[in-house]
Amino acid sequence: MKNLKYLLVGLVFGIVFVKAEMVSWFRMQEMFRFQSFFMYGVLFTAVFVGLVSVSLIRVLGLKTFAGEPIVIPKKQFNKGYVIGGILFGFGWALTGGCPGPLYAQIGTGFTVITVSLLSAVVGTWVYGLLRAKLPH
Amino acid sequence: MLETLKAPWPWYVAGTLIGLTPAILLLLGNKLFGLSSSLRHICAAVVPAKIPFFQYNWKAEAWNLFLVAGIVIGAFIANTFLSNPETIRIADTTVQELQAEGITDFNALMPADIFSWRGLFTLRGFIFIVVGGFLVGFGTRYAGGCTSGHGITGLATLQWPSLVAIISFLIGGMAMTHLLLPYLLAL
Repeated sequence: MKNLKYLLVGLVFGIVFVKAEMVSWFRMQEMFRFQSFFMYGVLFTAVFVGLVSVSLIRVLGLKTFAGEPIVIPKKQFNKGYVIGGILFGFGWALTGGCPGPLYAQIGTGFTVITVSLLSAVVGTWVYGLLRAKLPH
Repeated sequence: MLETLKAPWPWYVAGTLIGLTPAILLLLGNKLFGLSSSLRHICAAVVPAKIPFFQYNWKAEAWNLFLVAGIVIGAFIANTFLSNPETIRIADTTVQELQAEGITDFNALMPADIFSWRGLFTLRGFIFIVVGGFLVGFGTRYAGGCTSGHGITGLATLQWPSLVAIISFLIGGMAMTHLLLPYLLAL
């Protein structure tokens, strides 16, 4: 099954999320209150490593393992990045999770977070419904 | 070895492993790392309801659902087999402030005061669990991505719109934490 490799990537990710305690609501509170360097350290390291590794792919002209050329689509800015971004920030501080950690919180046994996740699916759906009427 | 794995992992280990993910997914199959898209694919698969935003071949994006399913399993494995025997260490100032705002349980990754099935049926629990979840789903899609898609992939590929997005995420999170949270926690 060609998608199983992505399950494995996710699995490692889930372990990292939990073992670095990034799924913790408290870690997010420390971050938003500027009382711990931890999450900023994770973010800066991840961006640095990401930048170096993706730049290597570009500079060396690497292809995928299947031999396709690698394409990185450009992001088109719109007002939603700010309005939606701030709304997401509200939800991030409330739930203590961006979408990735929500999945991980469920895995750690906080089954009530399935309600948050379901609610996030509803939120996404409502965005899809109202999309044409929202400023972009 | 197992002791080291069981202790909380330092930020540079987590940051390095997460930072490698965009490159790994590009090499594995030209996939763009982002986790909030999974929510859109779930909508497209389950309740597309003729909404144009959900009319696309979600099966071609099924890899993303495998990725998030992996996260649930990985989190379960970490929590079951690599669990840290000690309680989470939180910055003293954060503990003091949250105690003053009404949190009493600091023993788990999440405050059980709020995030429990019993808590769900209180006004406070409803706001944190349900309204919070809704804002995560609505906001990330409106913003075209979340902390992974913009924060890691976007910045790693040097796209300025992603920088604007991540700054907006942090502004929203800080505004909620400093302005509204004390009142919501007191509910």
